[in-house]
Amino acid sequence: MHTLIRILNFEFNIMAGGIKKFVVGSFDDEKVLFPAVKNVRKAGYKIHDVYTPFPVHGLDHAMGIRETSLHTAGFIYAITGTTTALTFMSWVFTKDWPLNIGGKPNFALPAWIPITFELTVLFSAVGMVLTFCYLCNLAPFVKKHHFHPRATDDLFVMAIECTDKTNDAEVQAFLQKAGAQEINVQVAETGWWIGRYHKEQKLYKEEKGY
Amino acid sequence: MSLLKYESQLREPLVDGNKDYHQVTEDIIRPIEMKPSRLWYIGFYISVALLLFGVYSVYREVTYGIGQWNVNKTIGWGWDITNFVWWVGIGHAGTLISAILLLFRQGWRTGVNRAAEAMTIFAVMCAGQFPIWHMGRVWMAFFVLPYPNSRGPLWVNFNSPLLWDVFAISTYFTVSLLFWYSGLLPDLATVRDRAKTKFRKMFYGVASFGWSGSTKHWQRHESLSLVLAGLSTPLVLSVHTIVSFDFATSIVPGWHTTIFPPYFVAGAIFSGFAMVQTLMIVLRKVFSLQDYITVGHIEAMNKVIVLTGSIVGCAYLTELFIAWYGQNPYEWYAFKENRANLFSPYGWAYYLMMFCNVVSPQLFWSRKLRRNITVTFFMSIIVNIGMWFERFVIIVTSVYRDYLPSSWSTYYSPSIWEIGFYLGTFGLFFTCFFLFAKYFPVIAVAEIKAVLKTSGENYKVKMTDLEKIDAEKFYIDEVEHAHTHQNLKF
Repeated sequence: MHTLIRILNFEFNIMAGGIKKFVVGSFDDEKVLFPAVKNVRKAGYKIHDVYTPFPVHGLDHAMGIRETSLHTAGFIYAITGTTTALTFMSWVFTKDWPLNIGGKPNFALPAWIPITFELTVLFSAVGMVLTFCYLCNLAPFVKKHHFHPRATDDLFVMAIECTDKTNDAEVQAFLQKAGAQEINVQVAETGWWIGRYHKEQKLYKEEKGY
Repeated sequence: MSLLKYESQLREPLVDGNKDYHQVTEDIIRPIEMKPSRLWYIGFYISVALLLFGVYSVYREVTYGIGQWNVNKTIGWGWDITNFVWWVGIGHAGTLISAILLLFRQGWRTGVNRAAEAMTIFAVMCAGQFPIWHMGRVWMAFFVLPYPNSRGPLWVNFNSPLLWDVFAISTYFTVSLLFWYSGLLPDLATVRDRAKTKFRKMFYGVASFGWSGSTKHWQRHESLSLVLAGLSTPLVLSVHTIVSFDFATSIVPGWHTTIFPPYFVAGAIFSGFAMVQTLMIVLRKVFSLQDYITVGHIEAMNKVIVLTGSIVGCAYLTELFIAWYGQNPYEWYAFKENRANLFSPYGWAYYLMMFCNVVSPQLFWSRKLRRNITVTFFMSIIVNIGMWFERFVIIVTSVYRDYLPSSWSTYYSPSIWEIGFYLGTFGLFFTCFFLFAKYFPVIAVAEIKAVLKTSGENYKVKMTDLEKIDAEKFYIDEVEHAHTHQNLKF
């Protein structure tokens, strides 16, 4: 089992973002976070991500993240459901096995509305949730590097990506001035891998066999 | 941003007490991290016992056939389908709270939506049992699915309301489950990140799917919730509409009624809210969540109960009037003699239904009674009994005197195994609910945090100063400031 997981992780490693260095600052108030995001971006640093315990409205705009098009995917799944239901029922009742039900028309469109509607909703909901999980890399047994355990509790955690040219100390001082409570430097894997949370987190490099 | 955080002082706070984000996490997650109380064990074991009795009742039914029940040739559905409709109806309140109230931007839903959605899922699970085991030869239950088979292939009848039911209930269950679980992910991650024991780290690590709280993920999550709410809203209306089609598309006097879809949907929401009240009043007490499920929440739900109860009452009277006005002798007989005549065999059930569903909820026009926990608790039980009798009246009184008077003598009363099956679904429901309450956050932690600074009691007090400042100054400070945030372009 362990070997299998290692092989899978090795394969997925190609998809992962690789190992990078981050300066991590945590804020305890979104009122402080907003100007901080603005200033960090103005100063030209690259915000890797901001981790928040709940959806902070407007933060995606402030970070310059584009709108999601997940709902468009939902619409496409929905019309797929509609088409599937209608074509399948029409094929069954007019072509494959036409049944005489009280002499009524074989192409009984009004009677198919309920099932067509249900399949529209079903396809859309299932498709969207799967797409959401795929895009956000969410699945059972998926493990990621979490910059701060309280990012899901009460802290707003900003991770700034460092390049070769970045001066860590300067970024740290900058975050301090912006109002961050805790600041540290972390070297972390940016992707995801198969693992469980009760075991120590290890980078690929440190794991035996890589 | 601060403009968005302003809410009038006139509105009651949604979260009582002096809370910050961490305190919210503490309050809601604590029950998961503690050993369950004695009361939890007692309740859980009683539920499991009921479930086992239900399993035995079903075993009798499967082994010896439907004859184990007292359903007969005229009353073919009896308790079984009564219970099915009752459970499905209960589920509807959860979807109403989580989806329709989300679209209507009702902030108070955040306190109760998680547990209500769980209730939906468990109620639909219980509901599904009844038509499945009623099939008798249950090992052929998969025949309802349109799969390519060796009998032709002989397909299912897509024109039949019973098949619509198969699609409606299974879609409803799937969508509710996805909606509920996608909302749970961030909260399970909160439990995971606080976990001290190996079991909790492992279990919540797997269950939270590696959720990190990234801004982009939250953005997608918001979009997903909104679209799922938009899909669930017509879905919940369609499900009970289709359940009502099981009756309304037949030509049985008493069932053949065009008012059924809206009447069933209103009734479903009515009974569902009653069940939510029953569960919430116990839940808030057992887990000390009075600050999150406040009297304001109870009152809001009671308002829905009095509204939907009145719609249901209106529907009862309308169908009675139309039965008379329509001048169909069979239809009128079903209403006049089988139901409205107190001295007919089931007249008592009709009047019990009228009393529980139409008369008793009118108490909630009084604000004092709406805000009284004890009254609400008893009323929720009465409404649930009343709504069970509504389905019983519709199913049994419409068919126990059919067109053939020789079969009139049958007075239908359930056998012990029919009752056992019903009790068994209570066991299933409460076993699931007890496990949910022990292992999952019963209140949506992230959603509470999102409304905390607008609707939390201690934050509302701070807003008093904001209310006093000059309007022009307020505009310059708050509105223009907010606009600069929105227009950030880099």
